[in-house]
Amino acid sequence: MFERLRRVRPTVLAAALVAAVAALALPASGLGVEGKSDQACQLSVFSWWTGGGEAAGLTRLIAIWNKAHPTCKFKNETVAGGAGSNAKAVLAKRLAAGNPPDSFQGHAGAELRDYIKAGQLEPVDFIYKQAGFGKAMPASLLNQIKYQGKIYSVPVNIHRANVLWYNPKTLKANGIAVPKSWAQWMTALQKAEDAGLIPLAMGEQWTAKHLLETVMIGALGPKGWAALWTPNSQARWSSKAVTNALNRYNTLLGYTNSDAGSLIWQDAGKLVADGKAAFNVMGDWQDGYFSGTKKGGNLALKPGTGYGWAPVPGTDNVYDWLSDSFTLPKGADHRAQAVQWLTFLGSRLAQDTFNPVKGSIPARKDANAKLYGPYLKSALKDWKSDALAGSLTHGVVASNAWNADIDTALGLFLQTKNVGRFQTALVAAAKKNS
Amino acid sequence: MRKIRRWGPGLLLVSPSILLVSVFVYGLIGWNVKVSFSDWRQAQETSGFDTGAYGELFPGDAGQTDDFLRAVGTGDQPDSLSTDPAWIIDLHHALLFTVVFVLGALLMGAFLAFLLDKGVKGEGFFRAVYLFPMAVSFIAAGVVWRWLMNPAPGDRSTGFNLLFDKLGIGFLRNEWYLGLDWGAAALAIPAVWALSGYIMALYLAGFRGVPEELREAARMDGASEWRVYRHVVFPHLRPVTLSALIILGHISIKVFDLIVAIGGKQLITETPAVRMWILIYDARDYAKGAAIATLLLLGISVLVIPYLVYTVRSEREA
Amino acid sequence: MTTVALDHGVKLRRRRRTRAQVVKYLALAFVALVVLLPVYVLLVASFKSGTEADPSRAWALPEVWSLDAWREAWNGEQYGLFPYLKNSLKLVIPATLLSTMLGSLNGFVLSRWRFPGADLVFLFLLFGMFIPYQAVMIPLTQIFLEVDFPEGLPRLVFAHIVYGIPITTLIFRSYYATIPEDLIEAARMDRAGMLRTYWSVVLPVSAPAFVVTAIWQFTSIWNDFLFAVFIVDDPAQWPVTVALNNTTGSFVTPYNVQMAAALLASLPTLIVYILLGRYFMRGLMAGALKG
Repeated sequence: MFERLRRVRPTVLAAALVAAVAALALPASGLGVEGKSDQACQLSVFSWWTGGGEAAGLTRLIAIWNKAHPTCKFKNETVAGGAGSNAKAVLAKRLAAGNPPDSFQGHAGAELRDYIKAGQLEPVDFIYKQAGFGKAMPASLLNQIKYQGKIYSVPVNIHRANVLWYNPKTLKANGIAVPKSWAQWMTALQKAEDAGLIPLAMGEQWTAKHLLETVMIGALGPKGWAALWTPNSQARWSSKAVTNALNRYNTLLGYTNSDAGSLIWQDAGKLVADGKAAFNVMGDWQDGYFSGTKKGGNLALKPGTGYGWAPVPGTDNVYDWLSDSFTLPKGADHRAQAVQWLTFLGSRLAQDTFNPVKGSIPARKDANAKLYGPYLKSALKDWKSDALAGSLTHGVVASNAWNADIDTALGLFLQTKNVGRFQTALVAAAKKNS
Repeated sequence: MRKIRRWGPGLLLVSPSILLVSVFVYGLIGWNVKVSFSDWRQAQETSGFDTGAYGELFPGDAGQTDDFLRAVGTGDQPDSLSTDPAWIIDLHHALLFTVVFVLGALLMGAFLAFLLDKGVKGEGFFRAVYLFPMAVSFIAAGVVWRWLMNPAPGDRSTGFNLLFDKLGIGFLRNEWYLGLDWGAAALAIPAVWALSGYIMALYLAGFRGVPEELREAARMDGASEWRVYRHVVFPHLRPVTLSALIILGHISIKVFDLIVAIGGKQLITETPAVRMWILIYDARDYAKGAAIATLLLLGISVLVIPYLVYTVRSEREA
Repeated sequence: MTTVALDHGVKLRRRRRTRAQVVKYLALAFVALVVLLPVYVLLVASFKSGTEADPSRAWALPEVWSLDAWREAWNGEQYGLFPYLKNSLKLVIPATLLSTMLGSLNGFVLSRWRFPGADLVFLFLLFGMFIPYQAVMIPLTQIFLEVDFPEGLPRLVFAHIVYGIPITTLIFRSYYATIPEDLIEAARMDRAGMLRTYWSVVLPVSAPAFVVTAIWQFTSIWNDFLFAVFIVDDPAQWPVTVALNNTTGSFVTPYNVQMAAALLASLPTLIVYILLGRYFMRGLMAGALKG
């Protein structure tokens, strides 16, 4: 082949090359690019629900939507990776470039504040008014997600962060009682250690932050916790109460496994399920992992016998909550559809369809408890009566920047175990961000 | 006039590349530098001039942020280079990673090429085996290596630690990437695994690019095989080594997905490249992220450009 | 008498040579074994089902060999890679071909058809390799938007060509530097222009460099995640790596599916290595023409 081409003049070949490059640059028909479907009815929804129960739940919602809107294509845009960090990055880029999706997922609360402050979100109070969400969702919840009096998202679910997971067989075999107070927990942890178990299974750094917040909420109470996140709260951060909480945390860390940094959250949970660890503190997505199908990579344990749960000792009657919610970006191409989507998401139908599969409870007060598994039933009960404390790790009480500063302080604390320095750093972080 | 006709076409041919690189590399670097000197610290794009981001990475008056960072200081780190101790840790990790990775892949690749140079039976098979790791994406390789470099103690051991125990070389057990001092070196191992095959291919092409007559001539002169290598073959490999160093170096500086796949986003495995991502996309601190990018480029320029200039010039003289 | 002594010497040298060969093979085999250990773990995990694929059982063979993970990784509803393979091919083939060609031309000019300042231009292009991509994703996409560049894969192809310029130029330039000057001179004496010289002298001996460059470009473009996820908004146009990344559920990670998907995604690249490897050999034979 080379021989024949050799006779073609090089200049001709060069021209062909240039033409090839040019052809590539022209709007490509052969590359399968869809022309921008302009006014065609469409709804592009951006989330990080790529697997497991959440993807399954989303699929069900999409099915309902498609039935109700057969001419309106649902574009499911999901990007996976670390509780949404890749998705958030892509989202940041799209918003910065002025190319928002019609609706996107975000954690309700301070995490959305960045977007709000940047003027990238529309308030959705009018949707609440039209659909009556104000009455259907707990007032305390709505108060915690308002920004300057307005609401900017519709919460689809509620997860609980302050859950203590244990293996009833392990505890029974070692004569350990399920702790109900801090003191009881200390005893239980010591007993576990003496028995050769890992007292408290922990995973990589973010789970350490997750543990920290439950300890602080337990030590400070919901009101004390909420006060830490108000403007100019650095004085509160330097209080003795916080020192006390951090000392408790330090003690707790002494009971964790040395290889925590190499475990993702589900690996730590598995240690409890396998009887190698006594306790694990994690959000209630752990329930989905423990009880879900083996095919989906879960453990298929029986709730109550294969695993058990209780509020993190010290946080009885407190619901450390976080919520996945959807927003209305400014400049969305298909605003009308986005509004319909949000209205749908806040409805009883949507929330009772999505949540049993996802493994969370609805934000609404009127869930049909019959649809939910054993853990979620108990969570629903608690949700009705518990005091609310917003999660730090999952974006309710602190902005991304504040969280990043706390991460830095925590990362260093995990290496140095110097409580004094840690507290000073947290004070300074509050000063910088609150 | 003839001179221009001589080299004119050459210049013309590379001009599209020059143009593209000017815009998409240097133009964007310029954007970065501009942002690093701005006060764009959150989602809302702003454009005031502000050296705050740099102030946090170097001693200076950055107000409240300074307090925070000084407060976080461990006291073990020298304060002279920066008030941000996490930044120092990042740099340590990056340095250790770079040294282990670059040297490791270079030596391994050269060694394998040396073994294969004279041709062995099944060379194709060996070549494919050594190249295969590069085919596995960093994200996936990261997960497997996280399993292999598992630091779990005692009877929860798995991965290499377990293998070492079973093979009777249990003294090799270690904490891998969770080790405070050498953790970053452990992170380099998967990178060496992935890239050695390619460096081997580069060197193999280089080895075989040496004309056989030159080798023969040396042999005729009575040189031993080793001498033939030393005095005839190796000098020919300088351009290959340059390419290899540059390729390895540029990966080492930017590598991000491999590290996050193994170590997640934790301080104990953090490097400037990871920190950059966290600052830009998680914390939305665009100015600081851009500052880190700019500093990295500056550091590279200082280290790499003189080396490149020297090598290019000495190539010409050769 | 002398023949016996000679015979002895030859036999000794042969024994030494075979010993050296044996040692060589042992070394190669040992390294191959170590290199394949992680691949073993990947394979074995991909054939496990459910939670058997767990870090604590990394070395164990599957209790029950199952193709579930492979099925899910190939065509599964949640994690299937198959629909995205097409996109990856549409991306990789033009991008690799074009960036390699560009590198070859650049490398040729900058090493053998130089002009004043050629070295400077080379350094100028080379420095582009060090730009940290994560820092420039935002302005890059803004440029695309402003210029209204065709959305989706064309943008990605373009980006890979542009950012491939430094390394492809580097590889070709250092390779072309070893072409004997007399060959170029001879072409010049024949009054051959730049392109003719390239066509008749340089291109025929470029095979190893093409192989090495193509391997690099194919691999980095095929495995690239960062550019793909940022530049291509439409999920229908995503290449395989983004789909592969999506096997990490944001909560539970099904390890077996993830590893099966990783192996699947790496197969095309492996095939490319094996195929190009043959040309590698052929190119080396042709390389002898240089002498």
